[in-house]
Amino acid sequence: MKNPYSNRKYIIKGVFLLVGLVFVIKLFFIQIIDKTYILSAQNNVIRLIYQFPARGLIFDRHDKLMVYNEAVYDLMVIPNRMQDIDTLELCELIGIDKETFVGQIEKIKHYSVRKASVFQKQISKETTAYLEEKLFKFPGFYVQPRTLRKYPLPVAAHTVGYVGEANRQLLEKDCYYKSGDYVGISGLEKTYEQVLRGRKGIKRVLVDVFNREKGSFQDGKYDTAMIKGVNLKITLDAELQEYGELLMTNKKGSIIALEPSTGEILALVSSPHYDPNLLVGRVRGKNYKKLQHDPLEPLFNRPLTATYPPGSVFKLVNSLIALQENVVTQHTKYSCEGPETRPIKCSHYHKSPLNMIEAIEVSCNPYFWKTFTAIMKNEDDIHDSFEKWRNHTLSFGFGSKFNSDLFSEVSGFIPEPGYFDKYFGEKGWRPMTIRSLSIGQGEILVTPLQLANLSAIIANRGYYYVPHLVKSIDNHKTEKNNREKNHTTIKPNYFDVIIEGMYQVFEGEEGTARWYKLDNIAVCGKTGTAENPHGKDHSVFIAFAPKDDPQIAIAVVVENSGFGATWAAPISTLMIEKYLTGTVKKKWVEEQMINVILISDN
Amino acid sequence: MGGRANDQCYFNFRQLRQRKGIFDNIDWVIIALYFTLVLIGWLNIYAAVYNESHRSIFDITQNYGRQLIWITTSLIIIFTILMIDAKFYNAFSIPLYIISVFLLVVVLFLGKEVAGARSWFQLGSFAFQPSELAKVTTALALARYVSSSSFNIKKKKAKIYIALLIGAPMILIYLQNDTGSALVYFSFLLVLFREGLSGKIMITGVIIIMLSVIALLVNKFIITGFLALIIIFTIMIIRRRKAIVIKLIGLFIVATGFVFSVEYAFENILEPHQQTRVNVLLGKEVDLRGAGYNVNQSKIAIGSGGFTGKGFLNGTQTKYDFVPEQSTDFIFCTVGEEWGFLGSLVVIALYIGLLLRIIMIAERQRSIFSRIYGYGVASIFFFHFAINIGMTIGLAPVIGIPLPFLSYGGSSLWAFTILLFILIRLDESRQELV
Ligand SMILES: [Zn+2]
Repeated sequence: MKNPYSNRKYIIKGVFLLVGLVFVIKLFFIQIIDKTYILSAQNNVIRLIYQFPARGLIFDRHDKLMVYNEAVYDLMVIPNRMQDIDTLELCELIGIDKETFVGQIEKIKHYSVRKASVFQKQISKETTAYLEEKLFKFPGFYVQPRTLRKYPLPVAAHTVGYVGEANRQLLEKDCYYKSGDYVGISGLEKTYEQVLRGRKGIKRVLVDVFNREKGSFQDGKYDTAMIKGVNLKITLDAELQEYGELLMTNKKGSIIALEPSTGEILALVSSPHYDPNLLVGRVRGKNYKKLQHDPLEPLFNRPLTATYPPGSVFKLVNSLIALQENVVTQHTKYSCEGPETRPIKCSHYHKSPLNMIEAIEVSCNPYFWKTFTAIMKNEDDIHDSFEKWRNHTLSFGFGSKFNSDLFSEVSGFIPEPGYFDKYFGEKGWRPMTIRSLSIGQGEILVTPLQLANLSAIIANRGYYYVPHLVKSIDNHKTEKNNREKNHTTIKPNYFDVIIEGMYQVFEGEEGTARWYKLDNIAVCGKTGTAENPHGKDHSVFIAFAPKDDPQIAIAVVVENSGFGATWAAPISTLMIEKYLTGTVKKKWVEEQMINVILISDN
Repeated sequence: MGGRANDQCYFNFRQLRQRKGIFDNIDWVIIALYFTLVLIGWLNIYAAVYNESHRSIFDITQNYGRQLIWITTSLIIIFTILMIDAKFYNAFSIPLYIISVFLLVVVLFLGKEVAGARSWFQLGSFAFQPSELAKVTTALALARYVSSSSFNIKKKKAKIYIALLIGAPMILIYLQNDTGSALVYFSFLLVLFREGLSGKIMITGVIIIMLSVIALLVNKFIITGFLALIIIFTIMIIRRRKAIVIKLIGLFIVATGFVFSVEYAFENILEPHQQTRVNVLLGKEVDLRGAGYNVNQSKIAIGSGGFTGKGFLNGTQTKYDFVPEQSTDFIFCTVGEEWGFLGSLVVIALYIGLLLRIIMIAERQRSIFSRIYGYGVASIFFFHFAINIGMTIGLAPVIGIPLPFLSYGGSSLWAFTILLFILIRLDESRQELV
């Protein structure tokens, strides 16, 4: 029976006792000697407090404040910390009835009894002030400061975009955002979200059983500092933007003004516009729905996403290509018999024959049909001629997006030779088949922004900077690619011919916009009419000024308003005059533009 | 050698009826310890997950209500175990072991994955973990094998058989991703120590562990330099005895190789989260969000308990979810916070008392099988006790294993109950050679 290893039981018992002893000693130290843990012995608990940094402000090019923040407060609740609450008193304080209160609490409890949820959103500063004083009576409740966007000038809503609560997809994708957080949803607010939002801070504070703060946890050792949102200085001229929106009252369409020497967008008007303050805070959902169902589509950002055939404005591009390809010279003359001319008629009678500058001045269709034919017959195979034409056209930025900091653009459409092969067969199309391209109608589609860029290219005599919206981020210049020259395939000296023609549009005896010439400013422009198969044609105009030192290049599209000279041209010159001189002289033209209603008939 | 039990034990069902009363010879001290711990566990689970909207301790939608179900069913298990003849456990130890190993294989394929570990069988609303059962059957099989008359621990063959016996369930559980439960099987070394395993093996084991810790803490080149210095110094003193010098140089090479392989193993075999846990334990990393968070919160909860604690249901740290897994692996936090140093002392004393009582019971068995089994039970309880409480106060790595009888959970409560009550049943027949 005597086991030789029987004595080992003492060693084993010794090990058990030793471990027990070590535990008791360690517990003695952490429970009795070490006072850092006693912090919590005073019945304190840690609460995570998120500090929401103020979102970056947005200023216009002259440092005028366009977007700022206004403080509001969310009333938060943690259901399982609610204790002995005088429900009636709380209801009175926040102005709700008891049923609403109970319903709301039940809904929140269903989500989580332990996590903090928003009980009531966006309480005003005033209510919060007296609520905060009494909040100690309502354990489980606390207020969380938030900020809402405010727009002192209710302009450029499409460009600035709006901020809203992070949706579920975003919450799943990016763990930075917590339910109820705000995030940029469109426009600059979205493009520059990372910059504008800053970074949330996390503070761990100790609170007692009555939910009163008792100071930071372990001297803030585990806190993360909040980083303020960064301010943006954008390229828009708020005053010009506002003026543009005013001119477009009761019209559908776009105005884009660019600074040719930088590509900075001075004005980006989409009409009808809306007050950006409508999409803020508690009223956002309701207003958004209303705007969404408006038949005039105020939410549609026309300058970047609407596409039109460019109309006669495109004759400028065709002229430049013809000069570059050497199929005509500026002295080449063609004749025109007015509306009787075939295959493309002219809109009116004028002197004939005429050279290129005169043809631009009167916007003679037959002249450009003949020019276009010359381009298309330059090579033996029309495919080769067309491909050349297309490459020149693409070099103006047509047919593709600019991919700068603009939110949602479309590329427009410049057909490939294959496009016609498909419709007419490889041998089935001739210059005659695609004749409408000669006057900017037919298959090509461009955005108003691309038209403004065309105007800037001509002003620059052959190159452009990518149109962009942000001038500086926190006083640092923006990305370099915005400052890279993009050259077209056309030699600079050919532009002088076109510019002279565009100057004659205002100055010439038969100029299509001669009624709107400005006294002291040499404006160059070109009218256009975009054919609209669904209704009245769209009026198009591009212009830049002053002729020899261009400060502003502009494109205006007024939908369903007919001939280009009627509405788009005067709006363009008013914008130019306003920008260059700060005021307009012909008040009657301004008044007429503002008051005309062009949205009823369609 | 006459004390060895007859290998070909004979089991007779008729003996069930022949017994006079099942409580005749029972050890009431251990029964009292068991029920005290189970009750403490239940109350602390209630405190840990207590929530205003479910105030009743009998509410079965909450962990505390469900724990009562596990306790009640444990009573049925206890009664059944005590009804069965003591000889059954010896006679059927090997088949039971084989069945449980088979279940461990099956669960790998058909098991339900919970928190990254594929170790549960789900039958409707009923879930159970075969790895818990395997602890019992391995203890029985080990007792059976080591108590056999032909067994001699000095022989190589015996060591291989034991390694296979313990290693098979261990590896299978490891494959389920339940590293904590796999490590529990190391506790059987204590049983083997009692049955004559050379003390040197145990000491070597301790040295290996210490060297591993040092290897992870200190730069490996510093350690090898340091070892080299010691060896050179020793050789200079005893330079005459060539054999020892050669042995020392050999030892140096082995130790150096070991230090380097520890680092290699750490970098290449452990998963990143396991590396973090080790680093946190060694104090190399403070990771308050991951592994370090649990331990830090757990220490705050226990530390804030002070001398007498905050009182039942007044613990704020555990109640407000600061401590994760508070009703299962971190149940000791609630004890520490609400009952303070005094309460912790009582719980530790109860465990030490239980362990010493089990050793006492084991030692008074006539049957070697029963004695070895008793040591197996003590070893498993000890391992769980040491690692679990050690983990909550920052003395052991965060290895997710439950605290016997206190932690919430059906499978673990049943397994610990079965483990203990088989011993109590064997003890009842301590005069027999089962
Ligand atoms: Zn004509």
